[in-house]
Amino acid sequence: MNFIQMIIPLNITKTISDWIYSIMPETAASYTIMVVIAVAYLLLFAVAGLYLVLLERKVAAWFQLRIGPNRVGPWGLLQTMADALKLVSKELTSTIKIDKFLYNLAPYFVIVAALMAMAVFPFSKQFQAFDINIGVFFLIAISSIGVIGILLAGWSSNNKYALIGAMRSGLQTISYELSVGLSILTMVLLTGSLQLSEIVEAQRTGGWLILQGHIPSVIAFMIFMIAGTAETNRAPFDLVEAESELGAGFHTEYSGMKFAYFFLAEFINMFIIASIAVVLFFGGWLSPFGITDNITWFPEVIWFIIKVAGLIFLMMWFRWTFPRLRVDQLLTLEWKYLLPLNLMNLMLMAIIIWLNWTI
Amino acid sequence: MERIIFYILAAVIILFAVASVTSRKILRAVIYLLFVLIGIAGLYFLVDYNFLAAIQLTVYGGGIIVLFIFAVMLIHHVELVLEKTALKKKLIAGALSASGLAVTLWAISTYPFPETSATAYSSIEVADIGRILLSYEDGGFILPFEVISVLLVAVMIGSIVIAKGRKLVADGSPKTEDGSEKLTENK
Repeated sequence: MNFIQMIIPLNITKTISDWIYSIMPETAASYTIMVVIAVAYLLLFAVAGLYLVLLERKVAAWFQLRIGPNRVGPWGLLQTMADALKLVSKELTSTIKIDKFLYNLAPYFVIVAALMAMAVFPFSKQFQAFDINIGVFFLIAISSIGVIGILLAGWSSNNKYALIGAMRSGLQTISYELSVGLSILTMVLLTGSLQLSEIVEAQRTGGWLILQGHIPSVIAFMIFMIAGTAETNRAPFDLVEAESELGAGFHTEYSGMKFAYFFLAEFINMFIIASIAVVLFFGGWLSPFGITDNITWFPEVIWFIIKVAGLIFLMMWFRWTFPRLRVDQLLTLEWKYLLPLNLMNLMLMAIIIWLNWTI
Repeated sequence: MERIIFYILAAVIILFAVASVTSRKILRAVIYLLFVLIGIAGLYFLVDYNFLAAIQLTVYGGGIIVLFIFAVMLIHHVELVLEKTALKKKLIAGALSASGLAVTLWAISTYPFPETSATAYSSIEVADIGRILLSYEDGGFILPFEVISVLLVAVMIGSIVIAKGRKLVADGSPKTEDGSEKLTENK
């Protein structure tokens, strides 16, 4: 089957997939593998989300000279699990005069968009569910769907704070999508491919892309991190849910698990932005200086996770360092500074590649 | 397997298309339309035309639908329900769509679809699309590409001119070109 051949199991799970094929007829085995991969991604999704929340709280505590969560489990490691259990058991409340259908639909838009984006990342050489030939473009397309969930949540809640939050979110995401797209395009100029696995392979010889493209690459990386932070609606760009003005913004009227979906999606989006940056700028799952290239049993996914964790820490650092922007400052930053800079950077990258000045 | 997925997608597209035109809550209609568009993107994925599917998601899902939602959010309240359309309007719209359907069906049924062997088939690469888009040889699309570029530049300049409004004079009141003051302009 065409679809199954695209799914390459993880090195460790290769024995598992062989075993499944040996005990079942071929069709049943392929369906079983589909289910196994789906469950694996859902688990990854939930665990990554929960532990990013814990990491955020620990980092916040560290920046504010506190200890942070330390009661549930050793070093508070089970704190977010307990929070999740509490959220699952909570009653789902809603107000009367809302659009029930859209109100219930909105969280799923956000979470499904985040899940679909996860599928295309090459976590290691063999751990990639969907190696599509337009990988990077697919990511941009999916991220433009996610904002619809936020707009729907704000509108259908029938609450003016939620509506204002949703409008701000729409305007912010649409503006900063341009910068994200253009900085990705700058790097695609360098690789000449949109396929994520090929982009990683291009960095095996000649070093990480941030070194290969030197000046324009570094500028593109900075723009990507700024615009990416804005796309995930995190501080200093969190005027979507500015507590001091809007209550909780677009998810004011949500409770229990539906609120948790929005909350989880925010952290998964942060993970997605960091993963795109790692694949495009820092060599994906490749080891630094090729130190583990000759060790065949070494799980390369560890390098991917270390790099992603570093970039996520950078985004948390932003959050606890900078104050929130006003709407007009937000738009000025994008349209008057980042966008012209980005266009010039694209030209610079084209010139550098044309003159063969890449390293 | 592919056949089953096709029928599921087709059923989704038709159901949501009907729901979209019959719904009297305008934002729900927009969301049903979004499902139709996503279903069509799914069809493109099914025939292995990934690039077109991603374009469909970006342009229609991310662009047009978000624009619709913004327009609805600015002018409609969540409890508003559209009034029922008159029978005359319904008849005219029905006749128009039936004729559109007839033209489309006629065009499809008379087009000779050439058969390609399954072995010669390969997935379309983005690089090929780019090359054909910029080629000025036979079958190249350079002329439409240039025309669309000029059109887009004109649209951008036009929207900037409209959005910019008029200049403020020193005392803060807006000034029109013939020097008379106009208080309704805000910039």
